[in-house]
Amino acid sequence: MTKIKSVADLRKIKEEVQSKIKLRENSDHAEQLVQVKVGMATCGIASGAKETMKYFVEELEQQAIDAVVTQTGCMGYCYAEPTVEITLPGKDPVVFGYVNKDKAQEIIDVYIKRGELIDGVIPITFKTIDE
Amino acid sequence: MKTISEHVLDIVQNSVRAKATLIEIIVEEDKINDLYSLIIKDNGCGMSSEILKQATNPFFTSRKTRKVGLGLALLKQNAENAGGFFSLKSQEGEGTTVQAVFQLSNIDRPPLGDIWDTWFYTLLSNTHIRLIYRHQTIFGNFEIDSKEVLNMLEGVSLQQKEVKEAVIELIINNLKEIKGLK
Repeated sequence: MTKIKSVADLRKIKEEVQSKIKLRENSDHAEQLVQVKVGMATCGIASGAKETMKYFVEELEQQAIDAVVTQTGCMGYCYAEPTVEITLPGKDPVVFGYVNKDKAQEIIDVYIKRGELIDGVIPITFKTIDE
Repeated sequence: MKTISEHVLDIVQNSVRAKATLIEIIVEEDKINDLYSLIIKDNGCGMSSEILKQATNPFFTSRKTRKVGLGLALLKQNAENAGGFFSLKSQEGEGTTVQAVFQLSNIDRPPLGDIWDTWFYTLLSNTHIRLIYRHQTIFGNFEIDSKEVLNMLEGVSLQQKEVKEAVIELIINNLKEIKGLK
């Protein structure tokens, strides 16, 4: 494969992808998707939230789970970073603390795929932060 | 923070919270004067002069979820420890510019790190923001503009594995070319 060096080179990749898959229009039915929000403020980043986010993006893509992974601010649980808020379709958000790669794997396998709660939930009445 | 990229990831969140629609990340390596400059410029809501004075105080934050705000304070500390300086300019309603200058050859200057991940994952969460990354060394310039990339993708998701890998490869290849990876 030739080296990708410009936006024009990217176009080729895009065309390959386009011909291969039917477009998934994430934004049109966001409420039916699994929403993953990774806490990405100073505290989260210092604890490795970037790796956690990377892992969620890669793993959910790999397993073909329809999900939106985004960054969010600090939820106030700095002691438990990296924190991740998961919203399954039609359910209330749940926040998990100390989410490293192993924990992320467990969350995907048990909570996202089977809907069973696991250890590590931050047990405080929680509202999505609005920012 | 261990790398410049982690600082960028952190500081850019301030711009996101300030409702910016354009964020520019500019890295300039100046071998002649031995300087390494990082500029993050946004067109967000800006700060009043009182808030501006407080912004690098680690015990000041505009958040309500906690009482400390370390992002700018840590960047300032890192720049000053590496023989450089830090400046913060802001105009209410117009935007904010953060500049951290390090001594290029200083052993305490953090390495650039994986800026491609920073750029990509910030964009993934904020596709409505135009995110520009520009890097200048004596060997040349590189610039990537999210507007150009997204226009070209015409709705194909950034989350697609092939697209993600290609975008990251594009940034790494170009940085290699201008020897800007350190």
